[in-house]
This record gives sequence, structure tokens and C-alpha cells, in this order.
Amino acid sequence: MKNYFWLHKRRARCCHLILAATLIFLTGCASGPPKDAFQLSATSLADRQIQSRRFDSLDETGILASSVSVLQDLGYALDVSNADLGVLTASKALDAKNAGQIATMVLLAALGGGSAPIDKDQKIRVTLVINNSLEVKGASVVRVTMNRIIWNTQGQITKAETLNEPELYQAFFDKLSKATFLEAHQI
Amino acid sequence: MKIISVYFMIAMLPLLLAGCANQPNDQIMAGANQVELRSYQTRAFDTTDKDMMLRTVIATLQDLGFVIDQADEDIGSVTGTKISGYQIRMTVITRPRGETQLMVRANAYYNVDPIEDPLPYQDFFTSLSKALFLTAHDVD
Repeated sequence: MKNYFWLHKRRARCCHLILAATLIFLTGCASGPPKDAFQLSATSLADRQIQSRRFDSLDETGILASSVSVLQDLGYALDVSNADLGVLTASKALDAKNAGQIATMVLLAALGGGSAPIDKDQKIRVTLVINNSLEVKGASVVRVTMNRIIWNTQGQITKAETLNEPELYQAFFDKLSKATFLEAHQI
Repeated sequence: MKIISVYFMIAMLPLLLAGCANQPNDQIMAGANQVELRSYQTRAFDTTDKDMMLRTVIATLQDLGFVIDQADEDIGSVTGTKISGYQIRMTVITRPRGETQLMVRANAYYNVDPIEDPLPYQDFFTSLSKALFLTAHDVD
């Protein structure tokens, strides 16, 4: 009898442990934004340099108009523009299928693994902001940020990221420089 | 037999209840504790230059990795989205407060849930006041 109680007690303790672990697990799911979501990252200064160029002109509207035509040439559609505040956002949809993923899926299906979802669509969003330069009088600073969202064949978001490749930004500013007949200076 | 029919009835009960349950409307016009939340989300700055304020808000959002979804100078509003494995959508409103100040209020959503923790707002206003070279005052 005594032995039975001991066993019972141990089982109850085990149950409590599992319950506590489940609770911790559940609260883990209901978390808010990451702590650093609203803090400047360690690379924010370097990112700003990659994403910004200085143009020796105060003609904000002119530079905005040139930016719109460059983005249009690249196939972007304008989502927002506000000349008073010197801001615009444009986006374009692209195919996100890549050969590697498709090959893996075909291989999996051939082995009887069923069909796994693969990346299907992606959307690139570009925000461009123009302000007067604080360092150089009579100059404006243009800053561009690019984001990418990827959806798979089941419509779920598989990737959501800010693009930080300097070549992308360099390519954009080269085109903007030609369109405005102004030199794009590093800041 | 009796026990089985009782179990059966209990099992059917949720189905019955689910049939009655409409989507409740009580959340549409409700929010969290509004007064407390507003004080987290609001700061006053000693400037009346709305254009400069909105431009600095946009620059700060961009610094934090947001893309601008909407900006309106007349209404004094800016909305941006940050995508980094998660999605944060934030609206910032600015309007005059008395003769010498501007009031800035920020509302943010993490995926689909409103952010009701004071800390993210505090971080945002710290970044904003650094960019403005102005102190962020608490508002009662």
C-alpha cells in the first residue's frame, strides 16, 4: 500500500513537470516583437552609407521625378508618393522559383515523399526618401531601402528581409545619377 | 449504455455551440486600457515645425528598417512596415500641442497584434529624439 502511494506521488510529480513545461512552451509562442526591433542596429550607420548618396542640388521634386522614371524603367509600380515630404514607395512582383528547389521537390516526389511547397512569388518594395544634406550646403541626400517578401506555393511567407547588398544600391544610384545629370557622392 | 449516451451528448455539445457562435463584435470598438496606452505611445517635443518633424519621423523609421506605406503632411501622419522575419506596422501621427509644442503619437502592430508593451515605444522615441536633437517629454 505504501509502495503504491509512492508510485502515485511520483506519477503526479511527473505530470506537474510536463504541465509546467507545456506552459513555458505556450508562453514562448505568445511573445511580442524582438527586443531590438525598435533599436538602431550595430550596422545602422554602415547600412545608411550603403543606402544613401548626396546630390549637389536642392531640387527635391526634380530628383523625385527622376527617381520615379528610373523605377518605372525597372518595372516598379508607384505605391505612395508625397513630394511635400520627399518620400515615395514603389514595388514590383517577381517570380521566386529557383532551379535548386524545384529539383529537390522532383527528387522528393520521385522517392514518394509527396510534394513539398516551394518558393513561388516574391515582391520587392523600395522606399526612397530625400532630405537636405546637413553636412553640405545646397545638396540633398537620397536614401533608398529595399525589402523582399517571398511566398511559397501554399501562399505562406517563407522569407521577409531587408536587402543589404551594396551592388543593388550602387546600380540604382548609377541609374539615378544618369537620369538627373548629377553626380552621386558617397556620404 | 447509459454512460455511452452521456458521453455522446457531451461530445456533441461543442458542435451545437459552434453552430450558435457568430464572430463577436465586441472587439471592433474596444481597445486595451486607452489612457495608459496613450501615455506610452505619446511624447511632446519643443518645436512647431511639422514638416521637419514628419521628415525626421520618416528618416527614423527608415533607420530602423521600415518601408514607408503612407505619408500625409496635411493630416500629419506616416505609416511604415518593417519586415525582418516578422512584420511590424507602425502609424505615427503628429499634431500641435499648445503654441510651442508638437505631440507625436505612435501605434504599432506586431504581425496582427497591437503592441501594448511600453518598451518598444520608448526605444522608438529615444531614436526619434536623437535624430531631432530634441528631448521627448512625457505627456499626461
